[in-house]
Amino acid sequence: MRSPDLKRWREPATWKEAAYDPGVRAAVFQVLLALAIAFLAYEIVSNTIENLRKQNIASGFGFLSETAGFDISQTPIPYSSKSTYGAAFLVGLANTLIVAFIGIAIATVLGFTIGIARLSPNWLVAKLALSYVELIRNMPLLLQLLVWYVAVLRTLPFPQDALALPGGGFLDVRGLHLPRFSLDSGGGILLAVLALALAGAWWLKRQAGIDREAGQTVPTRAQRVGWGLVIAVPTIAVAIAFAASSVSYPVLGRFNHEGGLSIEPEFLALVIGLSTYTAAFIAEIVRAGLQGVPRGQREAAAALGLSRRQALRLVILPQSLRIIIPPLTNQYLNLTKNSSLAVAIGYPDLVSVFSGTVLNQTGQAVEVILITMAVYLAISLATAAFMNWFNKRTSWAER
Amino acid sequence: MESGRTAGRRSALERTQEALFPTVGQSVASVAALALIGFVAYAFIDWAILRAVFTGSDGSACRVPNAGACWPFVTHKIDLFLYGRYPEAELWRVKLTYALALAGLVPLMMPRVPYKLPLALYLLAVFPVIAFFLLYGGAFGLPVVGTELWGGLLLTLVIASVGIAASFPLGILLALGRRSEMPFVRWASIAYIELVRGVPLVTVLFMSSVMLPLFLPPEVTIDKLVRALVGVALFSAAYLAEVVRGGLQAIPRGQYEAADALGLGYWRKMGLVVLPQAIRLVIPGLVNSAIALFKDTSLVLIIGLFDLVGIVQQSAQADAQWFSPQTAATGYFFAGAVFWIFCFGMSRYSAAVEDRLDARARG
Amino acid sequence: MWILLLALVGSEAALAQASSQTLDTVRKRGILNCGVNTGLAGFAAPDARGRWTGIDADFCRAVAAAVFGDGDKVRFVPLNAKERFTALQSGEVDLLSRNTTWTMSRDTSLGLNFAGVLFYDGQAFMVRKSQGLKSVDELAGASICVQTGTTNELNLADYFDTRGLRYKPVVFERLIEVLAAYQSNRCDAFTTDSSQLVAERTRLADPENHEILPDLISKEPLGPLVRQGDAVWSNIARWTLFLLINAEELGITQENAGEMRTSPNPGIRRIFGEGSTFGRALGLRDDWAVSVIKTVGNYGEAFERNLGQGSPLKIERGRNALWTKGGLMYAPPIR
Repeated sequence: MRSPDLKRWREPATWKEAAYDPGVRAAVFQVLLALAIAFLAYEIVSNTIENLRKQNIASGFGFLSETAGFDISQTPIPYSSKSTYGAAFLVGLANTLIVAFIGIAIATVLGFTIGIARLSPNWLVAKLALSYVELIRNMPLLLQLLVWYVAVLRTLPFPQDALALPGGGFLDVRGLHLPRFSLDSGGGILLAVLALALAGAWWLKRQAGIDREAGQTVPTRAQRVGWGLVIAVPTIAVAIAFAASSVSYPVLGRFNHEGGLSIEPEFLALVIGLSTYTAAFIAEIVRAGLQGVPRGQREAAAALGLSRRQALRLVILPQSLRIIIPPLTNQYLNLTKNSSLAVAIGYPDLVSVFSGTVLNQTGQAVEVILITMAVYLAISLATAAFMNWFNKRTSWAER
Repeated sequence: MESGRTAGRRSALERTQEALFPTVGQSVASVAALALIGFVAYAFIDWAILRAVFTGSDGSACRVPNAGACWPFVTHKIDLFLYGRYPEAELWRVKLTYALALAGLVPLMMPRVPYKLPLALYLLAVFPVIAFFLLYGGAFGLPVVGTELWGGLLLTLVIASVGIAASFPLGILLALGRRSEMPFVRWASIAYIELVRGVPLVTVLFMSSVMLPLFLPPEVTIDKLVRALVGVALFSAAYLAEVVRGGLQAIPRGQYEAADALGLGYWRKMGLVVLPQAIRLVIPGLVNSAIALFKDTSLVLIIGLFDLVGIVQQSAQADAQWFSPQTAATGYFFAGAVFWIFCFGMSRYSAAVEDRLDARARG
Repeated sequence: MWILLLALVGSEAALAQASSQTLDTVRKRGILNCGVNTGLAGFAAPDARGRWTGIDADFCRAVAAAVFGDGDKVRFVPLNAKERFTALQSGEVDLLSRNTTWTMSRDTSLGLNFAGVLFYDGQAFMVRKSQGLKSVDELAGASICVQTGTTNELNLADYFDTRGLRYKPVVFERLIEVLAAYQSNRCDAFTTDSSQLVAERTRLADPENHEILPDLISKEPLGPLVRQGDAVWSNIARWTLFLLINAEELGITQENAGEMRTSPNPGIRRIFGEGSTFGRALGLRDDWAVSVIKTVGNYGEAFERNLGQGSPLKIERGRNALWTKGGLMYAPPIR
């Protein structure tokens, strides 16, 4: 039995001894690894440069300021075929963020609902939730997107026979057409009132904490006022905005519904597919989180005379969040990364506009793919940094 | 959830009432759930059986108004879905490969069968070589079947199994690297893992299919399928590394110290003492990664390889004679069912293994 | 993975760095890697037995015949619009014969060279007959399906933009996705090169309900490409194409190519290597022309077989007729 530690405090006398010294070994190994990586990187870079030079392919990022010359079907920021490739990139990025944002919102609501239903005392409800999770989790997302897009939305009727929705909207094979409210002067008012309401609600929430310390029952008076604020004030604001806005209804033109707000079927399919898929994973995270709260908490809540629902809302859920939030963030990132499957159903997200169309039109594969990867990486790292800060601040260590 | 009462013998009716209709609120929920189950079941039976078309030699039979599933599409194309455009005369090679894989897997998965180690070695070392020559050919008098002819479920299984087999050792190395005491090794592993986990698989596949040829010297060209495999393996390794790392973190320090005390070197310490315990701990995570990889194989559609999902999509779209409103849906149903059986099977099996290990641990 | 990469890097040495001449590489390999469409009737599509047919595929065979004297020494590499240029640039294919439009930017900034024009095409629109449309301009406000990454996408934007008309683009990566979208009514019109429209129309479930509008909105000269900077290989591709056109002009057919060495016409005798060294100047054998014509026939024969009256597409020669018959097919003489 040799203990390597005994060797630490004396100089290795011979080469042979040095070769067995863990410190020396570690250093040599690291140098070798560094050399291997450097060699690999050098090979890759030099081969790429050599290949590009030999093939006379344009390189560099100059193409971003050239005219794109193609149109995009969904442009949340001003864009036309006269805009640059850089603008096309921004359109793709905006479309990715829109899908991610809406998808995350729906997936969260759906996921929490199903996760809580998984633990429902009602056997039927719990089994239904379980079936949903097992069904959705075990099939590829791409397949589910295709089902939504091709098998559901593509079988909708022609614009001429569109399904009329209540409130002046239509649903047809070209998408969902809704009335559009343009906030002429009401927009500013609406935003200001919303901000005020949120600030008030936050203040009241703090107040509620103080009230609770003071021994008021739950929900406290301040909480009630807070809910009132959050619901009533925006309602009033919306009403004001309505009064100050004009509505444009979709009307059937020669080919399509004109006017109003048209939502493309590609977008619908992507949002529905992503959110229903991610909800299954969120449901499992929520279930594990709820089960991770010690039983004593539940019993204590029952002893206080709280109903099951109250116990869930006030005792169990808040405590389970520390278990839920880290994997939940991961799912949010997954949803964002999975939105890149848009390329398979023709929704103009970052990957299909930039790594698809722009790559095809410019032929600059290296730059385009590197930019695309960098964007997703930046989103991921920013989220990770935020999570670390959040964990530190709330001193919720990851388990 | 147990109800608190422990009555003696109750009738089934009472038990049902207890379970589903204890309170008004619960009753409403139960009725709603029953209605939903009934509706979904009826809609499915209606589509798959009552209104479905079972016979026909092209899509015209399915183009009748209000038709349900178009089953002839699946029955006529079943070979294409299972093997792609693999030549019919050579199909026995694929079937033999499947048989050889099962011959290794089934006994390995049964708890009481001995010879686990030789079986595992056969699957990891011998079988891949045999499978390569069987599927690709070019030796022993077998004609070459180019990978451009591979498709359908065959391609799904090839990509998934090669991806899992190739990413597993790489993932373990990365996990060890991330916990290494050597700063440079640790830094390099972290950089690789976080870089790969931060980007979508689609971009990794683009990179491997479009950029890999540029990285290599002009004289070297690699097969399209190999490029996809490289992408999938590199991607999945980063995720496996995190799973394995979780297991390594859970091993008590005492184990490391005991191995040191025995005078074991680093590789023996890890290989004989730490890793076997760590991997046992994270079997559920590993199976989850395997399921995720299996599902992700369908993404190769985006770089022009047609796995099961891709080939169903391709034939539903490209084949005008099969065009009907329900053709694609029927194909998707078939593909979905196959994927579901594989993935659900894997997750059930892993749960069973976990239970067995738990039981053994409790002694 | 690194090991694999290192092995591949190592294999570089084993390949003994031949000169960068594509011809040497192809000869050493013993087979021509030719990039074609993933499936476009009349240009390149695998038939039921997996054999590639179409005029693009036949051009691959013609070049293989010129190089090896055997038109079957081709490995067809199906490529989508996105992969095609990269595949040629990276050397995965030696020749790209994939109904690709010759444009200045593709010829100058991608490191590629066009060998000539195999088919003069123009972009057209397919619509449902029930719409009762007469011209493209009536499509204002319509949803239009187009394949992304093509010149069609750019022409479409230009055309509507210069006329101040609105339209809703619906784009997909692959042509079959575009066609499926059009078939299921996701869009009102489907635009691509007119020859492709004719081919794609036959793949619809109800071709009789669709029509191709007469207006062409662009010039789409389709031709084969090679990598830039390899003059020898470029010459082979270009003159194989010119040979096909010249052969039609001189009345040389698949049938009579064998006896043309003894033709009374000295010009024809020279093409076939009698008392000339045209083949050697290309780096080939002197009987290269015999193999080419015996393999695929002359341009007219290849056209009729794949696109014209001998095919389901029944495309008229039109602009693709010889210059002597009022068309645009005019090849420099072989002398």
